[in-house]
Amino acid sequence: MIAVADLWKVFGPRADRVVGTPLAELSPGELRTRTGCLAAVRDVSFDVRPGEVFVVMGLSGSGKSTLVRCLTRLIEPTSGEISIGGESVRAMGPKRLRELRRRQVAMVFQHFGLLPHRPVLDNVAYGLEIQGMPRAERHRRATETLALVGLEGQEHQYPDQLSGGMQQRVGLARALAGDPEVLLFDEPFSALDPLIRRDMQAEVRRLHAEVGKTLVFITHDLAEALTLGDRIAVLRDGGLVQVGTPEELVGAPADSYVADFVRDVPRSDVLTLRWIMRDPAPGELCEDEPLSHRTVIRDAVHRVLRSDRPIAVVDGRERLGVIDADQLLPALISHHRQVPA
Amino acid sequence: MTATVPPPPVLQPGGRVLTAASDTAVPGRRGWLRSRTVAAVLAAVTVVAYLVFRTDGAADSSDAAAFRFFDSVRDWVDANRDTSPVFLYGLNYVRLGVRLLVDGVHAALTGLGFAGLVAAVAAIGAVLAGWRTGLLALGGFLAFGVLGLWEQSVDTLVLTVSAVLLSVLIGVPLGILAARVRWVGATLRPVLDVMQIMPTFAYLAPMTLLFLIGEPAAVIATMIYAVPATIRITALGIGEVSPTAVEAATALGSTRWQLLSKVRLPMARTTIALAVNQTIMLALSMVVITALIDAPGLGQNIVSALQRVNVGAAFDAGLAIVILAVVLDRITTNAARRTRVHRTDQQRRWRWIGVGVALVAAVLISVIKVNPEDLPGYSFAAPVNDLVGWIELHWYDATEGLKNGISAGVLDPIETVLVTTPWWLFVAAVAAFGTLISGWRAAVIAAPAAAGIAGLGLWQHSMQTLATVLVAIVLTMALGVAIGVFCARHDRLAAGIRPLLDAAQTMPSFVYLLPAVALFGASRFTAIVAAVIFAVPPVVRLVERGLRDVPPTVVEAALSAGSTPRQLLWKVQLPMARGGLLLAANQGIVMVLAMVVVGGLVGAGALGYDVAAGFSQRELFGQGLAAGLAIVLLGIVLDRLTQGFHHSKGPRR
Repeated sequence: MIAVADLWKVFGPRADRVVGTPLAELSPGELRTRTGCLAAVRDVSFDVRPGEVFVVMGLSGSGKSTLVRCLTRLIEPTSGEISIGGESVRAMGPKRLRELRRRQVAMVFQHFGLLPHRPVLDNVAYGLEIQGMPRAERHRRATETLALVGLEGQEHQYPDQLSGGMQQRVGLARALAGDPEVLLFDEPFSALDPLIRRDMQAEVRRLHAEVGKTLVFITHDLAEALTLGDRIAVLRDGGLVQVGTPEELVGAPADSYVADFVRDVPRSDVLTLRWIMRDPAPGELCEDEPLSHRTVIRDAVHRVLRSDRPIAVVDGRERLGVIDADQLLPALISHHRQVPA
Repeated sequence: MTATVPPPPVLQPGGRVLTAASDTAVPGRRGWLRSRTVAAVLAAVTVVAYLVFRTDGAADSSDAAAFRFFDSVRDWVDANRDTSPVFLYGLNYVRLGVRLLVDGVHAALTGLGFAGLVAAVAAIGAVLAGWRTGLLALGGFLAFGVLGLWEQSVDTLVLTVSAVLLSVLIGVPLGILAARVRWVGATLRPVLDVMQIMPTFAYLAPMTLLFLIGEPAAVIATMIYAVPATIRITALGIGEVSPTAVEAATALGSTRWQLLSKVRLPMARTTIALAVNQTIMLALSMVVITALIDAPGLGQNIVSALQRVNVGAAFDAGLAIVILAVVLDRITTNAARRTRVHRTDQQRRWRWIGVGVALVAAVLISVIKVNPEDLPGYSFAAPVNDLVGWIELHWYDATEGLKNGISAGVLDPIETVLVTTPWWLFVAAVAAFGTLISGWRAAVIAAPAAAGIAGLGLWQHSMQTLATVLVAIVLTMALGVAIGVFCARHDRLAAGIRPLLDAAQTMPSFVYLLPAVALFGASRFTAIVAAVIFAVPPVVRLVERGLRDVPPTVVEAALSAGSTPRQLLWKVQLPMARGGLLLAANQGIVMVLAMVVVGGLVGAGALGYDVAAGFSQRELFGQGLAAGLAIVLLGIVLDRLTQGFHHSKGPRR
């Protein structure tokens, strides 16, 4: 759905001289002292599959917000290729780019970006309005979308009369109103209280299940990334460190940076049995009912501890290994133990 | 992704937009010691040089080269007004266009008739700003008739409205461009800076040269005086629009035009409404002064009365101006405030119905012919003159003592020193102290400006004006800081004084001359008093704000360390409010200069008188224009020397 290749964004004077030269190899600090430039996104490539929730995670300053803005050229990339739905975004003229933003890709912002002088209904209808849709039609569509995000009856409120969580629902509705194929979320819930954040995450999961859009989700919150993401890309100093499923990240961190990141994640909540099973000993007897290799460790606790014999771990018909309490307990107790890959 | 939010800019009366001075860094101790030493040495050198080289302070010749030059320019313009393409195809059309505008507005306002105009203004006030404001407008405009000043008031209103229309037409688009296009903003900023330190008088002479005397010149001068505020505040409003909202609208595929019309302008509308408010207040203040170049209206009454030192005669017109100022200010401020109110569709519908009803009512009422002269008239001239007479009789010793004491004890010595300083020493001192106080950038501008004053052949008058300004600014700062400190420490006092300050800032500057003249007759000291009354309110505000902006945690820490209130003030609050104080000094000095120049009309003489005389006497034209230029240069010198305070010290961003 979205393909990004060799994407660079360099801020600073004469930024285009950096990419493709020895300067590009410098560390951020050196680059800054030598050229006064900042490489916010350096040499990033990834693909987002249709219908997937793709999370980009990194600390503040890692370039994730810049990256997501490059996708629809809210920030003009310095070099590299971006294609959405098979069409090169960087080759688009201003008119085609506006079309893309109006119909194909919508965005939800950390600080909502609502228009304070318009009531909720007109905020949601804004995107349709600028496409020239007649008033009655766009109001009907906006009302439907508001119902979808659970804001019935709030149409005539103004943004400053709503709580933060409700404002972000308006932001979400606004993005959904144009029925885009892709939704970009730039740290949408960072400004919200923890409880409301959890509600909103559930909301996003529900909407993803209902409307089945492709989601690109930016966050600095690992827990959020693990809950929402089908795949997670970890960004550091503008470069991609690792792209993988949550359990790949937790089970097989690409380097010490990612390892440090995921250190406090309870392994048993994320990893599946595949990560801790062992090879069966010759002639070993197993329980009758095997476990799928996709079972999360925590969900297997009950059965494994109850049974006297090891349990087979299978992928369909094929037996991959076995598991018993000896494998299970360390994964439950320790967050720090290096889990064999 | 958190960014530190810069402190919000402050809107000042006069439409100055002040971005808070960066005053957090205190210069290092050693640098401070060194600059103290250098300052002392410089001061000593200056004193010695003065003692050695002092001149006899000859009076200005009435035939300086600059005057002859300006006279010849005038003669050339007069000779070529109907032949030179610049006039034929450019300026004369501007003049004609403005004349048409003024005539159009005049026809519209007078066409309504007395009853119609009163009703229309009241209706506009009620619809835009609420029924209370509508009543205020009704009462205010009726009062013009009662005071017997209806025609003059309408003339003043016509000029103000025309100038404001022009200002908004030119200023709002320029403001948007300044905020959106980097080079436009960068080019406009220094131009606006200079325009805003120009005292009102300085605009008049060039306008008469280009557009002759009368309404068009008055409207154009007023527009030039008011438009910087329109541009600045509009630019501020557009620049303040939340970048997230703009980004979100962009991400939804808005075109540039949609971004402007649906996001930026609506979000900036409150600030733009404030810009219009400020433009109106500045325009009104200037329109009154354009009486000097023969513009009709209330200003005429004041000027002629002041020239006869007849306070009572000026009082009615002054009152009418104040009423007009209050009505216009209330309507626009409340209208601006109301732009923030959210309305439901139904409320909106009622509002439109209200507008319709008000319009129909105004038109119907305008059919009724009421002659304002039939109203019961009342004039304050006699009672006010009685009061002035009483003051002269009973307070003569006190006022005269104060006036003579300050004139002889302070003003004369300073004036003598300044006048007898050789011009090159003055320029050198400006350069040296300018560098020391405000950095070389300021000095590079200030020193040539000082040299320019010498070159204009008005040395004596310029130095007399400067002496008056210096005395007035010292008094202003002393009073302003004292009151400001008081207000910052006593909430109830502050709450009581605030409406007074608000009111003071909506008054046109001419009005301030009246109480000063009433107390002290026509003299240099009168100008000082008027300048102090004029400049103290903004100084009080800035000082109070500076003190109140000191973080409460710091105050708490100082108190818990056992500071007495006095120690708290001197060791914590005042040093930390330094930025606010310096800003106040800068503001004060510009306002004082403007007023001292106007004071030339009531006996302060010097440059202000030269300018005014230049309008009325043909053979003094060159001198008047030179005096106007000298005022501008003086303003630049003073502004640069003080503005540098907060630019040179503290971190550069």
